[in-house]
Amino acid sequence: MNAPNSFRTQPDDRGHFGDFGGRYVAETLMPLILELDTAYRAAKADPAFHAQFDDLLEHYVGRPSPLYYAERLTEALRESAPEGYGAQVWFKRDELNHTGAHKINNCIGQILLAMRMGKTRIIAETGAGQHGVATATVCARFGLPCVIYMGAKDIARQAPNVFRMKLLGAEVRPVTSGSASLKDAMNEGLRDWVANVHDTFYIIGTAAGPHPYPELVRDFQSVIGKEARAQMLSRINRLPDLLVAAIGGGSNAIGLFHPFLDDGDVMMLGVEAAGRGLDKEHAASLAGGAPGILHGNKTYLLQDEDGQITEAHSISAGLDYPGIGPEHSWLHSIGRVEYASATDTDALDAFQLLCRTEGIIPALEPSHAIAAVAKRAREMRQDQIILANLCGRGDKDIFTVAEALGVAI
Amino acid sequence: MTILSDAFAKGRPALVAFVTAGDPSPDATPAILDALVAGGADVIELGMPFTDPMADGAAIQSANLRSFAAGTKTADVFAIAKSFRHRHPSVPLVLMGYANPMTVRGPDWFAATAADAGVSGVICVDIPPEEDADLGPALRAAGIDLIRLATPTTDAARLPQVLDGASGFLYYVSVAGITGKQQAAQASIEEAVARLKAATDLPVAVGFGIRTPQQAAAVARVADGVVVGSAIVELVGQHGADAPEPVRAYIASLAAAIASARQDIAA
Repeated sequence: MNAPNSFRTQPDDRGHFGDFGGRYVAETLMPLILELDTAYRAAKADPAFHAQFDDLLEHYVGRPSPLYYAERLTEALRESAPEGYGAQVWFKRDELNHTGAHKINNCIGQILLAMRMGKTRIIAETGAGQHGVATATVCARFGLPCVIYMGAKDIARQAPNVFRMKLLGAEVRPVTSGSASLKDAMNEGLRDWVANVHDTFYIIGTAAGPHPYPELVRDFQSVIGKEARAQMLSRINRLPDLLVAAIGGGSNAIGLFHPFLDDGDVMMLGVEAAGRGLDKEHAASLAGGAPGILHGNKTYLLQDEDGQITEAHSISAGLDYPGIGPEHSWLHSIGRVEYASATDTDALDAFQLLCRTEGIIPALEPSHAIAAVAKRAREMRQDQIILANLCGRGDKDIFTVAEALGVAI
Repeated sequence: MTILSDAFAKGRPALVAFVTAGDPSPDATPAILDALVAGGADVIELGMPFTDPMADGAAIQSANLRSFAAGTKTADVFAIAKSFRHRHPSVPLVLMGYANPMTVRGPDWFAATAADAGVSGVICVDIPPEEDADLGPALRAAGIDLIRLATPTTDAARLPQVLDGASGFLYYVSVAGITGKQQAAQASIEEAVARLKAATDLPVAVGFGIRTPQQAAAVARVADGVVVGSAIVELVGQHGADAPEPVRAYIASLAAAIASARQDIAA
């Protein structure tokens, strides 16, 4: 396939990223999806919408997030690298955002859109609880009622976030159907939406779902990459050689990658969750899945030969999803972005490494990215630069990590 | 004429009856389908189980889980359809389900296999007209009706797009919601059916939330077909392999109510 003039012009007006994406929803939702698309086009062209979004990101979320050179981590990795190797590791510190992860960027954008559309009730799904907390936060901020669907399995392993959502005034509805995790929460979100189309806005948390969600989530999260690109140029007057981000649905990764897609010298690496191993239970849709249709879009999915969706597994609840955003499927198919994976064990090791070398407790999601960074840095020269997205902080994960390490707290 | 169009040309509204394939087991489904026919169903809607049935309520979700617990595969669904066609050559069977199991081996494979099994039509919940290319052309080439859904949110501007490429019948989803919940107000059904019939010559069948003979009769006064699903599936859930007799009796009560619905008007 010929390289397009730009990698940043997707999707087409029908929401397709090459062979992926689209609008695979029930007829009841189709008029709403079209209405959302119209409303988003209008908002995107409205300077007042951007001004409000930017203002909230600055004064409520705390943006721009810092760009940080991880000197001690870089040194630690160089100790086990060949002579002259061991790239500089930099982090985009999105874990310092209000609510502790990148999810809030998207929620601010979507709730502003919901209010423009006159919607008065918000629903969302959540896996790890970060998107649920971010959604509950913006609902409290703007005084809208909020219902969060969360798998019963995730409620058990993310108790602190469940309590946070309740403190913020959200109603958390446990989902026991199917595998009782993120995909099932999304099914319940869609069921709620289809029954409450007149007043309800569904804030989808990742860059997936029916068009225009993958596009608008990407656009709202692209603040990560836009800031990082400008910060790199202003700090060291050059772009990084490699970008790294963890991928569940892929919103933090597409937010970092998208503004750099046309910078031909910048390589990019998305890191899926390999769970207990790619030959065992995992959540790596690209490495271990095949194209299919679920939750409104065509993309890589974990599925069996009959097209039944199989259960994902990752120690990180936020990566525990059997699909991936359609733009990543497209970027994978054309080879612009490389995709790899890290196991639960790799992530736990990287989690501890960052705690001890930098005094930063990362979430388990970016710990997958850090695991890949540790491997790649040793294969790159010392004058090269890796920029990884530290998309969430690990306070929510300390119980899971303690259990995995056999520590009673 | 096809056996599907014949089913809507009997001089009375058609009763369309849904069950999930493989519930409670692939071996038990044929006798349940026979009971639907014996009770007076005019069209059989056979649900293809899916792990993520996001348009379905608790009753059909549970039916899917029972079907998977019994090990149902896509091959079993087609075997059930094919054996039904042999036993009941003049009763149309339509497959209802979700896009991924229908398209995973490619639309041409699905259309050819469905044609071989004698399937009359296909209803796919999550392929709207905008994404027709994923299934519609293959079905039409195989001579299988693509049955489209219209809903309370399908406005006049959008309706022509829904009707373009639709065949067999038009399925009016009377409630903005999932299967098995509340029924729509009769007045809204009447208004919608009149609007749809003004726009198409296809028979209009109404479904979602219909469970009593009285409700079925009320819908039958205005529509060309009445679709009942969750209430039948609940009987299967309750009686398991012994479901055929209660299902037959229930279907017979609906069929009688539908048959008399328009006579009441005439009288």
